[in-house]
Amino acid sequence: MIEAHNVSKAYGDTQVLERISMNVGDGEFITMVGASGCGKSTFLKMLLGTESPTGGELVLDGKPIPDEPGPDRGIVFQQYSVFPHLSVLENVMVACAFSRPGIGWLIGNARLSAKRQSMELLERVGLTAAINRYPHELSGGMKQRLAIAQALINQPRILLLDEPFGALDPGIRADMHELVLQLWRETGLTVFMVTHDLKEGFYLGTRLWVFDKLRNDPQAPGAFGATITYDLKVGEVDPETYDTISSRVHETARAVEETLPEVMP
Amino acid sequence: MKRLINLAPSPAARLMLGLLPFLLLLLLYLVASDARLTENPGDKLLPAFSQMGDAMERLATEPSKRSGELVFWQDTASSLQRLGLGVLIAAVLGLLVGMFTGALPMVSASMSPLLTVISLVPPLALLPILFIVFGLGEVSKVALIAIGITPFIARDLQQRTREIPAEQLVKAQTLGASTTQILVRVVLPQLFPRLIDSVRLSLGAGWLFLIAAEAIAATDGLGYRIFLVRRYLSMDVILPYVAWITLLAFLFDWVLRQSNRRLFPWYAQGGAS
Repeated sequence: MIEAHNVSKAYGDTQVLERISMNVGDGEFITMVGASGCGKSTFLKMLLGTESPTGGELVLDGKPIPDEPGPDRGIVFQQYSVFPHLSVLENVMVACAFSRPGIGWLIGNARLSAKRQSMELLERVGLTAAINRYPHELSGGMKQRLAIAQALINQPRILLLDEPFGALDPGIRADMHELVLQLWRETGLTVFMVTHDLKEGFYLGTRLWVFDKLRNDPQAPGAFGATITYDLKVGEVDPETYDTISSRVHETARAVEETLPEVMP
Repeated sequence: MKRLINLAPSPAARLMLGLLPFLLLLLLYLVASDARLTENPGDKLLPAFSQMGDAMERLATEPSKRSGELVFWQDTASSLQRLGLGVLIAAVLGLLVGMFTGALPMVSASMSPLLTVISLVPPLALLPILFIVFGLGEVSKVALIAIGITPFIARDLQQRTREIPAEQLVKAQTLGASTTQILVRVVLPQLFPRLIDSVRLSLGAGWLFLIAAEAIAATDGLGYRIFLVRRYLSMDVILPYVAWITLLAFLFDWVLRQSNRRLFPWYAQGGAS
């Protein structure tokens, strides 16, 4: 369904990603891990359409991914994902309105059915009690539940998650994992999730990608980009591989850290 | 003894400290006015409060011999109408220009340089042109206020529009929203409370342009009256008028702030981002 052919991305002289080739089928759940500055978020943005590859080709169903966001690819960011001026229910209902022509307001029967649909989905993510609250009155976990409901209401084929649980407490995070897995099983959509947390990547989802730099030149930190160094089926990873990846990623993180000032735009 | 930087007054002390300068000024005026009036009962510079009261009672309750109107209320109504219209026009124009230039790079590319230049033109220098083009009637005064504060509101809202996190705009697009839908449902409603803030800030300039225009060419209005009675050194009218204008300015600011809190709770409670 999604294919990358030798995709690379550079900002000026700084090579962020290089030589990425892969093939993802319908219904896979892919987690992407790696040190910060290793381009996993950049790759997600290319899938989203807010960044385009500077080399190679990124293909969805045989066609290049459009260079602007669209309704087939939903997104949940770490923050700012929901609309602060709308209540929880309105946040989801506005998504229904966006999927139809018009200026963004639903009336009559369309509004009623959007409301029913939104209430159903909000119940599934456990926000029924909070439908009239504004986002600033929600906890971090509730906000992300809302963002997920919003992203799913129009039934996208692909769901992109950009460190969605990075700012949450560990207990809440476990609940959120459960929710995401459950929704993924029920809807059968394809999920790409970027995470900082190596462990999270190892047990969530079906497939794990590790973004890492194979080569690193301390004198010219921008010369080489990261690529996918491991492409693993989750569940078949032995502890040894985990340790290797963990130490490799930390090593790169340190190397990137030391040369950071000019690495990322 | 704590460092001065760490010393804060208690709520009661804060109130006292806040009132103190007002009381001192009042006392200073009373003493000075009294001293001058004892020396010369016909002194006009620092009238006693009773004299101001008499003058205001006359203007507010006795129909004018010339026009048969209650001068004070007529002045207030005329001025508020001009100010209200001018500010309203400026708010609508500023909102539209600010939103479109802030949200659409293509519009911004063609409008922003012009907007920058226009905002540098001193509005009062345009007043003669307005008088020539629109005549000495109401239009030129309203136009001066509108022209004077529109660029400020427009640039402020342009900035506020750009401060809306890009994530929100991307999110709306992933939900299938068109440009129109994003402007109507995401950008515009978030600009309303910011527009009210912007209007609050520009009201001071609005009063300035109003009084300037009335001073030069008008037949009524608060600014007109002040400049008219200046010829007779009527401080007993000027001082209450200035106090009245200050009170009105304070009230508008208060009403706008309250309406922002009531209408947009998500904004006032720090949920703006």
